[in-house]
Amino acid sequence: MDQKEIKSIVAQHQVQKGSWIRKATAFFSGGLVGMLGQGLLEFYMNSLNLTQSQAAAPLAMTVIVITALATGLGFYDKLGQICGAGLFIPISGFANSLTASALESKSEGLIYGIGCNMFKLAGSVLTYGIVAAYTLGLLRYFLKI
Amino acid sequence: MKTWNFQQVYVQAAATACGPLEAQGPLAGCFDVSFDDVYCEEKTYESAERRLLQEAVESAMRKAKLSQEDLEVAVGGDLINQLGTSHYFMRSMNVPFLGVYGACSNSTLSSLCAAAFVEGGFANLALTFTSSHNATAERQFRFPNEYGVQKPPTTTFTATGAGAMILGRKKDTIRLTQGTMGKVVDFDYKNANDMGSAMAPAAFDTIQAHFQNTGTSFADYDLIATGDLSKIGHEILIDLFCHENKDPLGKLIDCGCILYDQKAQAVFSGGSGCACSSLVTIAWLFEKMRQKKLKRVMVVATGALLSPILIQQKESIPCVAHALVYESEAEK
Repeated sequence: MDQKEIKSIVAQHQVQKGSWIRKATAFFSGGLVGMLGQGLLEFYMNSLNLTQSQAAAPLAMTVIVITALATGLGFYDKLGQICGAGLFIPISGFANSLTASALESKSEGLIYGIGCNMFKLAGSVLTYGIVAAYTLGLLRYFLKI
Repeated sequence: MKTWNFQQVYVQAAATACGPLEAQGPLAGCFDVSFDDVYCEEKTYESAERRLLQEAVESAMRKAKLSQEDLEVAVGGDLINQLGTSHYFMRSMNVPFLGVYGACSNSTLSSLCAAAFVEGGFANLALTFTSSHNATAERQFRFPNEYGVQKPPTTTFTATGAGAMILGRKKDTIRLTQGTMGKVVDFDYKNANDMGSAMAPAAFDTIQAHFQNTGTSFADYDLIATGDLSKIGHEILIDLFCHENKDPLGKLIDCGCILYDQKAQAVFSGGSGCACSSLVTIAWLFEKMRQKKLKRVMVVATGALLSPILIQQKESIPCVAHALVYESEAEK
């Protein structure tokens, strides 16, 4: 049997990516996280008398703390498996990647473990976030938009 | 590819140790040692895997009523870089050691090498073992364990456990009669989240070669168990044989589909890892052979020899499969 025949038989068994159920769960769970965020935002605006942009910081912090706790207690990954992008795209995804990496590498100590590995996954987000912000900032400065 | 015939290699004893999910699966109660917790009473996942290996080896030695001094060589391997589990475990064993790496095909690869030592007269008694741990494999090959990324349904679940076997020349119920060492097969498949598909052609290649060398076919075996092709890879393998007009006669099974209950346990497409084929072979197949329900069985452990770095460099997944034939002897 040649490679081409093998490839065609294997191709017949490939599972279609991105089922509708997964997409729908991601959509609705993402929406739920958004609702929770909005609720928190309004709570901080009203209770602490903050403007919307000021209240964004405690909102993000709350989501990060909840995510970190859920990751440490071991059920965030199970939720993540169900919700997919619904939990991955909000800041909870970022917080989870930091906590999960830190937890995993704590056995190698504070420096070579947690210190070196905490940003293993989130590093990409930071690197390209900074690069994008810098590039757009420069463009804006020179083009005087 | 050559098939080696062994005249005087017997399984003197074999034992298993496993984690919680395996102990709750369809083979519950078949394992010698099982733990309720993935840490196996240890502090790190790596030492947990070593503990499993230690329990399996000690259990096998107890069964065979042997001590370390009786063993003349040990062959084993695992999935951790530098064979961390095997090498660090062997510190406590006063036995010459050969470490082998064939990813999840380690279970048959190590027994095949050990059988060659015994058959060739280089050792009277050889220890062979393999281990894997879901958490150590995840962190090495995929993502941190608590990372909440959604895994595709094609993913396999690395088994937590260890299996140990002692091979020797003394007559016993189970005899290792033949072995075919596989060659590395790569058909340019790149999806590391679907190793079943990647490995199926390697299993096909080795089984075909074994059939050709020995003049046998599916009809000559009671069962042919592949290591960890999972549901998808298993179906592909059946299709590959059907394409060659060789009906598997319902004799092809996959250890990854036997170790777990795919409907009740969250293992995606099925089990994988060195321990998967080792646990099923020792705890289930050997038991059936001792009960005379199976007479001639082929175990084909499959391994995806990928390196995470090379996969990121857009390389494909080379795979390998090694076959062993076990026969139950009429009288002990």
